Amino acid sequence: MGKTKFAIIVFPGSNCDHDAHYAISEVLGQEAELVWHKDTDLRGADVVVLPGGFSYGDYLRSGAIARFSPVMRRVAEFANSGGPVLGICNGFQVLLEAGLLPGGMRRNQHLEFICEHVNLRVEHTDTPFTQNAFAGQVLRIPIAHGEGNYYAPPETIAELEANRRVVFRYTSPDGAVDDAWNVNGSTSAIAGICNESRNVVGLMPHPERACEHAVGSADGRLVLESVIAALDSVTKAG
Amino acid sequence: MKAKVYVTLKPSILDPQGKTITQALHTLGYGGIADVRQGKFFEFDIEADSPDEARATVSEVAEHVLANPVIEIFRVEVE
Repeated sequence: MGKTKFAIIVFPGSNCDHDAHYAISEVLGQEAELVWHKDTDLRGADVVVLPGGFSYGDYLRSGAIARFSPVMRRVAEFANSGGPVLGICNGFQVLLEAGLLPGGMRRNQHLEFICEHVNLRVEHTDTPFTQNAFAGQVLRIPIAHGEGNYYAPPETIAELEANRRVVFRYTSPDGAVDDAWNVNGSTSAIAGICNESRNVVGLMPHPERACEHAVGSADGRLVLESVIAALDSVTKAG
Repeated sequence: MKAKVYVTLKPSILDPQGKTITQALHTLGYGGIADVRQGKFFEFDIEADSPDEARATVSEVAEHVLANPVIEIFRVEVE
């Protein structure tokens, strides 16, 4: 099978683009290309990644300015035609601000920037980024954010839950939801969600920083391996 | 023409920064301050044919850029 091609969008202030590039190309042996935010050519990418960082310094609100970048029109078209899009941390914030995912982010409930490994429970495996997991699988993934406190109004939360669109949740090591393990205070301990057509996934934790045991966990590989496998099977079927 | 926009969290949204400030003020002896909510303030220098036009433009900017309607509300003042 040919390599899966990832386009990693780089905004001024993005700083996890190279981690994503390394994980995808060096660790997983796929093709990765950095795409500058003013560029409107996704180079025939199979997957789009919006990486973590501090686009525009988080000025105004995290992701609030990056969402207006020229590349985002192409990303929206790509998403609306079913292309897999993964928003990581600031990338998730950009997707929220762009309206490609519902809800918003608030400052972490205890006002601290939290930089640590958390337990992430995979809620549903029918997304391109979780298909290699089993429902309820707990992954050890690092977070590094100050505004990761997910919020959506009650009716949106109800809709997300009813339609199985909460993809990842913060839990205890054995997968129990508990305030004690909800590090940033996110509503319903939500760490990641998907859109209606399940091809756009956003999450605050950094799977690209958990692809090798040397950095503390290799559980994040599963997220990237899932989309590679998902695209492999599509191509084989086609 | 000058315009001002105040952006605040919706009342239903918890404001940990505001709470922290309130607690700090209590420590300083300001027991009479029951609550503080922290928001953002923007000042505009805008060219418009009328205050109404200025208000309309600034409101549009506030709605689409300055405030996130999921968690924030805004108020516009035009001089």
